[in-house]
Amino acid sequence: MFNNAQEFFNTLPLIIMGGGIVISLLIEIYSDKNKVILPWFTALLFLAVGLHSLFYTNDVSIVMQNMLATGGNVNIFYAIFTLGAAVVTLISIDYIKKYDMYFGEYYLILQTSVLGMMLMAAAKDLFVIFLGLELMSISFYILAGMNRKRAKANEASLKYFLLGSFATGFIVYGIALIYGSAHTTSIDFITTNFAGLTSNLLFVAGVLLFLIGFSFKIAAFPFHMWVPDVYEGSSTTVAALFSTGGKSAAFSAIIASLFALFNGPSGNVFTPYFAVISVLSMFYGSIVAIAQVNIKRMLAYSSISHAGYLIIGLAAGNHDAIAGVMFYLGAYTFMNLGAFGIVSLVEGKNETNLDINSYAGLASKKPFLAALLSILMFSLAGVPPFAGFFGKYYIFIAAIESKLTWLAILGVISSAISAYFYIRIVVLMYFKPATNDFQIETSNSAMLGIITSVIIVILLGIFPGSFLDLITRFI
Amino acid sequence: MIENYIPILIVLTIGAIFAIVTVSTSVIFGPQRPNSEKLSTYESGMKPVGTTHERISIKYYLVAMLFIIFDLEVIFVYPWAVEFKRLLGEIGISVFYSMLIFLVVLELGYLYVFKKGGFKWD
Amino acid sequence: MTETGIINISLAILFLPLLGFIVTLLLGKKIKSIYLFEVFILTVTLFAAIFVAFIKLSYYVDDRIIAEIQWFKLSETISIKLGFLIDNMTVIMLFVVALISALVHYFSIAYMKDDPRYNRYFAYLGIFTFSMNGIVLTNNILMMYIFWELVGLSSYLLIGFWFEKKSASDAGKKAFIVNRVGDIGMFAGILILFLTYNTFSFESIFHSIAAGKLPFNSDFWLTMTGILLFMGAIGKSAQFPLHVWLPDAMEGPTPVSALIHAATMVAAGVYLTIRIFGLLTADAMMFIAIIGMLSAFIPATIALTQNDIKKVLAYSTVSQLGYMVMALGIGAYKFTFFHLVAHAFFKACLFLGSGSVIYAMHHEQDIRNMGGLRKKLPLTYATFLIATLAISGIPLTSGFHSKDGILASSFAFGSLTGNWIFAIVGFLVALMTAFYMFRLVIITFHGQPRDQHKYEHAKESPFVMVMPLIVLAGLSIFIFYTPNPLNADEGWFISKWLPAPVLSAPNNTRFDFMQETAGAVTHNPSHGTITYSESYTEAMHGAHNPAMILALVLALSGMLLAYIFYQWKKINVDKLTQAIKPLYTFSLNKWYFDELYDKTFVAGTIGFSKLIGWFDAKIVDGIINGAGNLTRLLSVFTGAFDRIVIDGIVNFAAYLSGFIGLIFRRIQTGKVQTYLILVIFSIIILLFLFND
Repeated sequence: MFNNAQEFFNTLPLIIMGGGIVISLLIEIYSDKNKVILPWFTALLFLAVGLHSLFYTNDVSIVMQNMLATGGNVNIFYAIFTLGAAVVTLISIDYIKKYDMYFGEYYLILQTSVLGMMLMAAAKDLFVIFLGLELMSISFYILAGMNRKRAKANEASLKYFLLGSFATGFIVYGIALIYGSAHTTSIDFITTNFAGLTSNLLFVAGVLLFLIGFSFKIAAFPFHMWVPDVYEGSSTTVAALFSTGGKSAAFSAIIASLFALFNGPSGNVFTPYFAVISVLSMFYGSIVAIAQVNIKRMLAYSSISHAGYLIIGLAAGNHDAIAGVMFYLGAYTFMNLGAFGIVSLVEGKNETNLDINSYAGLASKKPFLAALLSILMFSLAGVPPFAGFFGKYYIFIAAIESKLTWLAILGVISSAISAYFYIRIVVLMYFKPATNDFQIETSNSAMLGIITSVIIVILLGIFPGSFLDLITRFI
Repeated sequence: MIENYIPILIVLTIGAIFAIVTVSTSVIFGPQRPNSEKLSTYESGMKPVGTTHERISIKYYLVAMLFIIFDLEVIFVYPWAVEFKRLLGEIGISVFYSMLIFLVVLELGYLYVFKKGGFKWD
Repeated sequence: MTETGIINISLAILFLPLLGFIVTLLLGKKIKSIYLFEVFILTVTLFAAIFVAFIKLSYYVDDRIIAEIQWFKLSETISIKLGFLIDNMTVIMLFVVALISALVHYFSIAYMKDDPRYNRYFAYLGIFTFSMNGIVLTNNILMMYIFWELVGLSSYLLIGFWFEKKSASDAGKKAFIVNRVGDIGMFAGILILFLTYNTFSFESIFHSIAAGKLPFNSDFWLTMTGILLFMGAIGKSAQFPLHVWLPDAMEGPTPVSALIHAATMVAAGVYLTIRIFGLLTADAMMFIAIIGMLSAFIPATIALTQNDIKKVLAYSTVSQLGYMVMALGIGAYKFTFFHLVAHAFFKACLFLGSGSVIYAMHHEQDIRNMGGLRKKLPLTYATFLIATLAISGIPLTSGFHSKDGILASSFAFGSLTGNWIFAIVGFLVALMTAFYMFRLVIITFHGQPRDQHKYEHAKESPFVMVMPLIVLAGLSIFIFYTPNPLNADEGWFISKWLPAPVLSAPNNTRFDFMQETAGAVTHNPSHGTITYSESYTEAMHGAHNPAMILALVLALSGMLLAYIFYQWKKINVDKLTQAIKPLYTFSLNKWYFDELYDKTFVAGTIGFSKLIGWFDAKIVDGIINGAGNLTRLLSVFTGAFDRIVIDGIVNFAAYLSGFIGLIFRRIQTGKVQTYLILVIFSIIILLFLFND
């Protein structure tokens, strides 16, 4: 299986994650104290895998009969997924008790979804991408409907399932066409012979379907419809995972499968496609978000527009752009998780405070929480010195390097528009009188998760170089 | 490569023709003398009871699904068994362990269902 | 001890006060005695600073230690770096900052007792020390700017520390805003440098300038860059015409005035100018010298008549800072730094001494209510007197050497370039300094007590307050700087520790005597005087003795005048003031600078906003109203036209984006079927777009 120690250690995150799921399952069925042990075990498992991935970085090694690529930049994706999931776990602990929906399976399925993400990032074969995608997506469908007593959650789960399967259908169909024309599912083989294969119309159609399927998963316009409904309907903590882990995983799969083509001899053939959907997503997300009154829907549209910025990186396609995308994913993961975490605290017992206007005067009642949310909002808006600024900066600079200056300019305009609805929250919190009394139950674990996210956002904003160096070392 | 599929097409065609011919033959040549006994629902000789759309306990579906899940594993095991000797020579003993791990994980799932009471009817 | 060790200890010196700040601020409300932690941290910092200075000056005296790490990369060629530059000036400044800061901490323990925000006060001192150390240690102008703003912030917090008092919070705001004016120029200068050289590091910028790369390829812009950067120093070092904030800053607690507004932060402007000395052209230096000259002269005349003990010292500070800046402008590089250090010690001593007096007099600051305090506060008096002798430039003190150096340089500058104005003003200021300082000493400590009640209750301050005074007064003695009481050039401070400046401005833009062709320019740090060229050395040599004698005579006569006026009362001061009434009131009212600024800038700004307000109210509203009336006329025919046009125009921009949002929201029906149909449509459109 493994030829040397490095291969083994590179693959270790996947092995630990798989083993962790088995152990969690045993804890769930055999331990009397599973309600206490399982959440913390899950958080520690994510943390361990994340730290291992972040600090044990080696060159990429191809393992498991050319099915998986591990190590290198894949490990950085692992770190983003698992550390993000660790934060999700922390903010979930008290949240799911609050809604009286404790199931041990919640944490189990959280773990399987993360394993799916990791497989997507590591894929060297279209089958593995599909396997990871399904593992992640099916886990997500279940998580979306975890709060079984709420009709909205059930609706969200079903919608997510229907539209998600639809998207998966595209991907499978695309893979089938690619296999039919290339006679293999090995990504390396397909990318090296890409120019020759494009003469086959079936192959082109297959690639396009594959792209469309993933456009669904990254919530790009015009395949974004499920996003607001699903984020609004499902539990806040779960929506946090969808918007960060799910999106990052889809990007990682696109990078894993197409990156070799971005710098092909004929240039990046995908640039027109990506450029069009990125512009549409950015502007659609930013503009529609302004009209939202529900904060979860607003964050959903904001996630669409962030997908747009990220796709600029794919359109540019050079090494710096991919490094920028990875940086942005890291930054975006934590700022969005922090924001969703705070939403999950503020929303109260029965989602009473999801309206944007209910944030009015938060600063006078809960100054610390308001300060944290302000930092996250500024970061989402792309204000220096926070992580979001450098994410955008690196992507826009890379776009200019690839002679896509117009795209970078549109990106800047769109972020200027989007600043409106982020800053509006800050204005509401600080300059409007309080209208409700914020029955916020203290949750130490959630605060730990939120503060960690904010610290990461600030650190990435002040020392963006160290993380970027780590990324560029392997790209 | 498309010609490789011609036999399948032939089989499909023959099957379709056979079905159509037999059914239409019996419709055309068979005697048709309907009465109320003949038109009633066939229930293996028993007298029909209740409506057609009778509700079935949800547990039935649960068990059925579990059956399918654990039944489907044969899809993985069967081709593996067929190709096992060749793969053993090509890849080595890890072929065996891979399947072992797969089965262990599958059995853990079985254990989970068992402990959670998935097989309990009541 | 290796260079790495020095860098590591410097890191500790930088960050220890920050740790103190964080801990003290966070635990301030819970633990009453947490300020002791801050005091302890500063003591540790002080020892570390002494250690580093000792190691550096004994074993690495000729080395410039530079440590850099990459902060982040902007592109392949441009990367922003953080770093330290540790040369002899750095370690001396670190020692000065750490020492005065630590002493002020001790002093404050007693002085600030019973303050309701005791711990917060110490926390602010911590963040100030951190930022000041940052300014001292940095090797690039970006970090300089960051810490520059941080000291500005801590200064603001400390000036307005007693924010219940309106005058204190106003003074804080004034300091902050006036400083911003200077910082705008500095920021512009930094931008020009970065645009030209793609780096912030002093070292690389000088290197590029020496290689002939100039901003916008012109000497003029190099001069402008120097002047713009110096604008930061004008603000921070309270130079003319932005000096108005410093006297007001005396609203802060007195130990803060000693630390920030006398010894360290205000010297940061001079320190900055020393750091950028290499890129200054002759024109820029001339500008700096003139600003310095005005700042030395004007406040000195104001200090002659002030009656608030802290105000006198504040104007004296501005005047002395002007002295340093002027000295830098005329090329007296080493003596500027020497005077900076010497001034830091004796001015801190004077301020803390005044704090001790104020403490003893129960927050009485007017010297007209003091007198005769010599007997009640013997230690305070003795130390105050030593510091006064130092600032007046009497022999055997540090001030004598540093001032003498500056005056000799101005003399030499006059003989080389024919600009004698700097020498004349320099000597004049020396005379006035001696006069007003002794006036202060005599009125405060000598003679008969004027407020008997307060005098009775006055008693010598506790040990934690007196000890800093003794230390600082001790450091005003010449022996710490040179073994020869009459000539500082031979001392280790000037000849061994301070290197000659490295000039990188193009040759043709320098002063004649600084040009490379004007004789050997030596960079040999072990050489005594600054040797730009042989002609300069010669001029300095010729200037030394006359300047020293003249300075001494003027200082003594200033002193004598003060004694005649206030001690022996040979001349009636009141009559004299009556005789020169206009001049007296002009000086007493500080040349009416505040009023002038109120009338021009403040009133101008207010007037301008009023103008805009009027424009809004009359013109804009008039147009809208006119349009309203017009449409109302039209509305006879078109009904609802009115509402749509007026509201539409006004709210158009605000509603446009929201409106688009609402339209798009229509697609979001929530029905899966609709979504799927839209998806199919989108795919068809996309296929149509990319069907090549």
